Amino acid sequence: MVLEQKSEGVPEAGVNRELAGLDALELTTSAKKSFLARLWSALWPIGSAILISLFAWQLVVWSGWRPPWVLPGPGDVLPVFWETLQDPKTWDAIALTMRRALIGFTLAVLIGGVIGALVSQSWVLRRAFGSLITGLQTMPSIAWFPLAILLFKLSEGAILFVVILGAAPSIANGLIAGVDYTPPILLRAGKVMGLKGFARYRHLIIPASLPSFVAGLKQGWAFAWRSLMAGELLVIIGKQSVGTLLTFSRDLNQTATMISIMFLILVIGIVVDQLFGLADRSLRTRWGMDDKNR
Amino acid sequence: MTQAPEAAESRTAAAVRLAGVSKAFGSGSGALLALDNVSLDVAPGEFVCLLGASGCGKSTLLNLVADLDKVSSGTIDVGNARVALMFQEPALFPWLTVAGNLELALRQRGLPRKERGPRASELLASVHLKGFEKKRPHQLSGGMRQRVALARALALTESYQGRRSTLLLMDEPFGALDAMTRDLLHDELERIWRERDLTVLFVTHNVREAVRLGDRVVLLSSRPGRVIEEFPVDFERPRRIDAPEVSALAARITDRLKEEVSRHGS
Repeated sequence: MVLEQKSEGVPEAGVNRELAGLDALELTTSAKKSFLARLWSALWPIGSAILISLFAWQLVVWSGWRPPWVLPGPGDVLPVFWETLQDPKTWDAIALTMRRALIGFTLAVLIGGVIGALVSQSWVLRRAFGSLITGLQTMPSIAWFPLAILLFKLSEGAILFVVILGAAPSIANGLIAGVDYTPPILLRAGKVMGLKGFARYRHLIIPASLPSFVAGLKQGWAFAWRSLMAGELLVIIGKQSVGTLLTFSRDLNQTATMISIMFLILVIGIVVDQLFGLADRSLRTRWGMDDKNR
Repeated sequence: MTQAPEAAESRTAAAVRLAGVSKAFGSGSGALLALDNVSLDVAPGEFVCLLGASGCGKSTLLNLVADLDKVSSGTIDVGNARVALMFQEPALFPWLTVAGNLELALRQRGLPRKERGPRASELLASVHLKGFEKKRPHQLSGGMRQRVALARALALTESYQGRRSTLLLMDEPFGALDAMTRDLLHDELERIWRERDLTVLFVTHNVREAVRLGDRVVLLSSRPGRVIEEFPVDFERPRRIDAPEVSALAARITDRLKEEVSRHGS
């Protein structure tokens, strides 16, 4: 046959070398910034934002819109803030509040997770409960308090109830969205591999919905924190919490202390949010879901 | 000498046997017939390319063979083979490392935990990706990812409980790659097919690719998909995709395909 001369074709070693060459050419090399550089690039925008806000506040005080005993300036408040931070009573209050937040949030994760897992099982359930869960998410948590106080009296239970109701819908929604948006091609790949039942959840559905679930956790935390603050202002019981510190400082006309406590609430909210953001980002980076230029 | 035992043997000899397979989507008057009475035998160790224009139900056919979907009528027999299917996208799990992806496939095939790591490395070496075990899919190029997908499919064709199963289904696996990478992967696939004695059912709409790779090219009509002609390809391997005899046969098949497609225009 005429084809004889073609039989050498492509030599094996050649294929190997060409492939290695292509591989090397196509792999992206990314320059990594040092830790300090990254820290600086994260901190300077926050730092300037704080300075600008303090300056704007000072401008309002200088304008004489309200007398200084009603609205003290940063110069009066910052020393008080520093003192507040050194007061062990403050830390006891933070400990109590964070304990409530943690218990409430943990229960919300369990309840939201179970509801999310159940509802994501079938599209009928998603149709039926999806919009209800989204509706609950938009409901201001403070609107639950009259009912909570009727059900649980002025107690820890009332606060917990509202924190859970605030956070659980977001968490459930995050999970449902994650299951919904599992790429169909991965579902097919899983089917080809014969992933079924529990193994399918463990090796495919749960990891695939993790980024969306973490986003839901982050939002759930924000709602839990808001609900908790509302609760601590309304349901004043037992030992001092961050909420009661806020109420008492207003009752005693200690405006500087009151603003210091508000700082505290803001800082705690930001720190925890950043922690969730960190988890979210590292997940996305590991899975190659982020855009490379950030 | 009687004919009966021989006939029985030839019946079990086919690695894949499709007999009168039809597949309709939907029901009633709105039903769409995707495949119409398709019969096809693939011998063990044979490399068969399914070729057709859009809407010929190529992918549907593979889904049916892979048991991802059910036939409307007819039968599909793959013996006791465990089937592996490779897609146009790598479809690797992004949360697992390259080795992790292979180990999951091996787990699904019942390989004991301790043996999975070494086996995954062997499979990676067979697609020339030694040393990439710890990488994540997104850190690799498109061609490399597709090789990992090939290694995963190979992991799925293997059997660790005494069942021999070497059926590999490929759904336009190189369709999204550049020409040079694709040519190299053709060589790779051919080598692996010979080394492992695989039976391959390869779907493509690229005529030259089909002639480059196949022992036989099966041409399907469009809407509904039927087998209209089969072309045996007995050129010696390895072939080059730009070899004159490959081009000549590809031209013949393309003409036949054009004829079929233009039938739909009128």
